[in-house]
Amino acid sequence: MTQTRNMLLNVGPSHPAMHGVIRMIMELDGEKIKDVDIEIGYLHRAFEKMCETVMYTQCFPYTDRLNYVSPLINNVGFALAVEKLLGIETPERSKYIRVIMSEISRVTDHLTCVGASAMELGAMSVFLYMIKAREFLWELVEEITGARLTISYVRIGGVKADLTPGFADKAFEKIAEVRKVLIEADELLTRNRIFFDRMKNIGKITQEDAIAYGVTGPFLRATGVAYDVRKSNPYLIYDKLDFEVPVGTTGDNLDRYFVRMEEMEQSLRIIEQCFQQIPDGPIAADLTGVVIPAAEMVDQAKMGQTADLIEDEVSLDPTLQGSTRKYYNSINANKKDVVLPAKENTYGNIEGLMNHFKLVMYGHGIKPPVGEVYLPVEGANGELGFYIVSDGRDHPWRVRVHPPCFPIMAALPKCLIGDMMADLVPTFGSVNMIAGELDR
Amino acid sequence: MTPLQRIQEQFPTQIIETHAFRGDETVIIRPEALLTIAKFLKETPELDFNFLMDLTAVDYLFYAGGRIQKEFRFEVVYHFLSLKHNHRIRIKIPVDEKKPEVDTLCTIWPSANWYEREVWDMYGLRFKGHPNLKRILMYEEFQGHALRKDYPVNKRQPLIGPQN
Repeated sequence: MTQTRNMLLNVGPSHPAMHGVIRMIMELDGEKIKDVDIEIGYLHRAFEKMCETVMYTQCFPYTDRLNYVSPLINNVGFALAVEKLLGIETPERSKYIRVIMSEISRVTDHLTCVGASAMELGAMSVFLYMIKAREFLWELVEEITGARLTISYVRIGGVKADLTPGFADKAFEKIAEVRKVLIEADELLTRNRIFFDRMKNIGKITQEDAIAYGVTGPFLRATGVAYDVRKSNPYLIYDKLDFEVPVGTTGDNLDRYFVRMEEMEQSLRIIEQCFQQIPDGPIAADLTGVVIPAAEMVDQAKMGQTADLIEDEVSLDPTLQGSTRKYYNSINANKKDVVLPAKENTYGNIEGLMNHFKLVMYGHGIKPPVGEVYLPVEGANGELGFYIVSDGRDHPWRVRVHPPCFPIMAALPKCLIGDMMADLVPTFGSVNMIAGELDR
Repeated sequence: MTPLQRIQEQFPTQIIETHAFRGDETVIIRPEALLTIAKFLKETPELDFNFLMDLTAVDYLFYAGGRIQKEFRFEVVYHFLSLKHNHRIRIKIPVDEKKPEVDTLCTIWPSANWYEREVWDMYGLRFKGHPNLKRILMYEEFQGHALRKDYPVNKRQPLIGPQN
């Protein structure tokens, strides 16, 4: 008599489909997946521990590296959480800027996810087109923040720099390009037999399971639950914007693909609306008065010749903090114990210099009151929450990130069990697992 | 009636403290009442907390915030969300250092499974009745629990390469 046994198969961590950071131990019966054990933690960098050792402002570079495909959303989430702890509001214009940057990031994130999972199914050209579109958007990000990935753009109480002159026109141009790519990708994928058959009815998860596992974001919406933090707990100015929350019906890979494609369109709509609504800041730089180069101002200040500097504006690169005083007040909260003063004040008068030092010196810094807050924002993969405990000192007592990928990865066995081994690739691709936020 | 008031009304003796700092409703409850209150949160129609959004712990060793020493070293923090009513609540339970044990919520919300493994990994709190309580982010051979306040930030214990 012959005996059959299930086969154990190890996938990853150094397997191209696992992106090098996930290990799955599968029990296979023929090609059917019977059981799967997921091992995470290969990219653990102690984000939460590191945040406890640095000042609040110094946490921002770490948040860039959580979800490294949409770092701006992490920045915004952390800043909002600290602002909630401090109880401050930021100026209207900075809220619009934050929304614009978050939505650009959401599109780049979805483009990466859809493009990469199409590539893993053999549609290489879609991947290239989508990365091209992502490049357009990253050019926009680069123009404002000065960096492409490790942007550290958002500040507690505002943002680092205002939008550059003519940015809206450039953005509209790029949005048109991105729309073209989306149509192209839709034509290449949606009615593509291979893509359709590999996605339809694969990697299904029921609504009950998704809720029970705490899954959020496109993954949950594909099962038919219209839960979006931007709608349910509107933060920033999302309540003033008109956008829809796309939902799926079956919760399979194809639905997740459709939800992501539609969300990109909605995000582009949001960006367009923001440019129409954004309150006038001094963006069309009306630099009357004396403008001197930054280096010259520093030199004069070093020699103690600050008396003449009080009325002067400094000419700085637009991506640098406080590029002229006039820009400054419309993008940063007027709160001296939180927000760094404009560079003109730092260089030009003793009060500004003291203020600057009080915020950057070790042992001083931003000191929120004793307390704890949890603030969720809608990340590209779902609810991204920051839970911060403050003991009243200049660095956080505890920073906890609720990473959207984490519950999705916990629920992944529900999607995989019963499918074929080869279906692992599209299902795992549709999770858009970002190890940076999963392992922290 | 807010969820906080509803819980206060139902379990007046099980509650140690409540607050709503910056609008986040928080209830600190006695550890032995966790399962009862958790079931109540999930099954009461007007509360209907069907999401366990987040579960984590905080180590209050050497904590001096507000000049109040905490009675117990750890706190386990739960964040719940109700999709239907769109409200949230935070439940906290104090945990003694000498008996670091908490009841598991895996049977009520499966999402607790991985979160509790993470808390075990990072803080060394055991969850009674957990089906698979092993480390999740660190490797099995790792000594100690990294997010405890008495674990030095610069301590190294790699599997290969130079030790401390």
